[in-house]
Amino acid sequence: MRKRTAALLAVVLVAALVPLSSPVDAPRVGSKKFTESVILGELVAAAASGAGVEVLHARELGGTRILFQALLSGEIDVYPEYTGTIAKEILAGEGIEGEGELRSRLLEDGVIVSRPFGFNNGYAIGMLEERAQKLGIRTVSDLASHPDLVFGFSNEFMDREDGWPALQRVYGLAQRDVSGMDHDLAYRQLASGSIDAMEVYTTDAGIRYHGIRTLEDDRGHFPLYQALLLYRADLAEREPQMVAAMLALEERISEEEMMALNAAAQLERIPEREVAASFIARELGVEVELETQTRWDRLCKHTLEHLELVRRSFLLAVLCGLPLGILAAKKRRAGQLILAVVGVIQTIPALALLVVLIEPAAALGLTGVGTGSAAAICALFLYSLLPIVRNTCEGLRGIPPELRESAEALGLPPAARLRLVELPLASRTILAGLKTAAILNVGFATLGALIGAGGYGQPILTGIRLDDYALILEGALPSAALALLVQALFELCDRIVIPAGLRLSSQG
Amino acid sequence: MYELCDVSRSFDGTAVVERVDLAIEAGKTTVLIGPSGCGKSTLLRLMLGLIAPGSGTVKFEGAQVTPLSAPALRRRMGYVIQGGGLFPHLTARENVALLARHLGWERERIDARIESLARLAQIAPDVWERYPIRISGGQQQRIALLRALMLDPDVLLLDEPLGALDPIVRADLQEELKEVFDTLRKSVVLVTHDMSEAAFFADTIVLMKRGRIVQSGTFRELDESPEDPFVTRFIRAQRSFAAG
Repeated sequence: MRKRTAALLAVVLVAALVPLSSPVDAPRVGSKKFTESVILGELVAAAASGAGVEVLHARELGGTRILFQALLSGEIDVYPEYTGTIAKEILAGEGIEGEGELRSRLLEDGVIVSRPFGFNNGYAIGMLEERAQKLGIRTVSDLASHPDLVFGFSNEFMDREDGWPALQRVYGLAQRDVSGMDHDLAYRQLASGSIDAMEVYTTDAGIRYHGIRTLEDDRGHFPLYQALLLYRADLAEREPQMVAAMLALEERISEEEMMALNAAAQLERIPEREVAASFIARELGVEVELETQTRWDRLCKHTLEHLELVRRSFLLAVLCGLPLGILAAKKRRAGQLILAVVGVIQTIPALALLVVLIEPAAALGLTGVGTGSAAAICALFLYSLLPIVRNTCEGLRGIPPELRESAEALGLPPAARLRLVELPLASRTILAGLKTAAILNVGFATLGALIGAGGYGQPILTGIRLDDYALILEGALPSAALALLVQALFELCDRIVIPAGLRLSSQG
Repeated sequence: MYELCDVSRSFDGTAVVERVDLAIEAGKTTVLIGPSGCGKSTLLRLMLGLIAPGSGTVKFEGAQVTPLSAPALRRRMGYVIQGGGLFPHLTARENVALLARHLGWERERIDARIESLARLAQIAPDVWERYPIRISGGQQQRIALLRALMLDPDVLLLDEPLGALDPIVRADLQEELKEVFDTLRKSVVLVTHDMSEAAFFADTIVLMKRGRIVQSGTFRELDESPEDPFVTRFIRAQRSFAAG
């Protein structure tokens, strides 16, 4: 019996830890989770591919901090960045001015800065043309005389050194109703009139699409945001051809061209990969072969990625959660501590937890960002603990005292009591905990896409970014279906795991 | 069989058993009786080592019962809790065989032992494969008794074995239990609050009140030469209740 249990444990552990697909050893391009960054990432990938170097594009990995950390830790080799962002955010507080200084400073970290692509994508404050006209607002200064306006800014903009706090100071803005939100959602809020102004990037396709007036930065607050590439110094040695190919993009993209590329992806819904390929063919005269992806291909890929996230995190959570729950039920003090800790974990916002976990994961030599992200698996694992631990603990504590005493008086040692009497008696509650954890896990796993872990969250994020409901549903529907499937599987499990004698009693 | 020496035990500052000295003879039936809350069940659990005394010692066949020694000693004691305490996830047979199977008994040996036990009590053959939820109260109590007897213990400890049963079943089972005790000639310690039940089973009755032993002896001794007015009151109260 003991041998069988040990064997079962080993099987579950292996199943939990072994990744289905092995990571591909290729240079990795990263991009932030907005369309322009994704297009620039695709441009790099296409240019490299044209030069015969296959690269992986880890799309929509997240924000600046995530990307730069990933670059430093070697998770990615190159990603598109903006001069203003480097000066004001990555090297915030170091008082670095000018490209030359920036270049030598980053080289200390082993990062090389390319020359600019040739366009500026600075921040601007945008309002719907109609509304701005009605209020007579043309410049940012004009905003000061309308303190009742409602602002919605991306969370990044709310925190940045050159973001809202500085803007407020420089222009003496008194607006109180200012909230942080996803940038893509902000466009919809603006269009629906829920907010009056938001920050836009000057090459955003959305500016034309939504009919947005960009307010003149009359006090010259926003710095220049020249787009360029940041890449690891060792990439030049490892992949000289790739570096040469991607640097061919320097000074090749004008502001108008970039806005057109953004519009093609965002408004005409042409996949970024195709947008990039046609630009490369046109400008550099390099033909790139495109593998076409049908909706079915994408669904299969996302399903596999999603299952991978759920499988590994959930099995690990079961392996750790059950013993923790048992410990919590048996030892009063330890129990309070364990339940408090797993409870607190549940209250940490998903994005914060994901970002916090990237570095330790990378330090351990695991994949921090991108598909198979250990950080995403770890976050899901942590979120799954609470229902498992709590239900195991409650199930064991809820066993009638006379039954516990009977088992003890019979002369069964503690381990045997647990295995033969207590766990079977608590099985219904424990399974209910596992079921809750698994269903929540399927839902939470969509958040893995925030750091590029793939899965059903990917089309949801991209769909929000492109304002494409069909794409959102492509992630949301299978995710819901998977949750239902998991539920059904557990109902089946109930019949196998819960002892017949207990199922009789529930039928009365 | 048992020797309790100056045993006290309190829960949350309230003394439940106080300075009890008690010797339990082998091969005899001893009944612990008293009003509810007098500490009789606690005394039984002290003997089993399910709880440890706050002070004083409990000895079983010369060996002190401690948290360390109790698990091994318990296999030589059979315990039946009020209501039977059968495990709802196991059939009657699995309940009875549980410990023997854990100890690695052969299947044949378990079956033979159950067969010989089954002769002691009136158990319908189809009961063995049923789960407790589908077994009547009286039958559950019999199965619980057989479970306690499975390893042929030296002593049988029963906590209100007839407490939860209706009167007719109770009368039948009382007779049957007495027969079992007589056949097996085991030491028995039985807890009850019913004086007629005590008189029916007991070689020695131990009457308790608020954690202390008031008097112990045969029913006749308690009835004819009470050492405390409480003894007479307790016997009278139950008699008039039974008569009236």
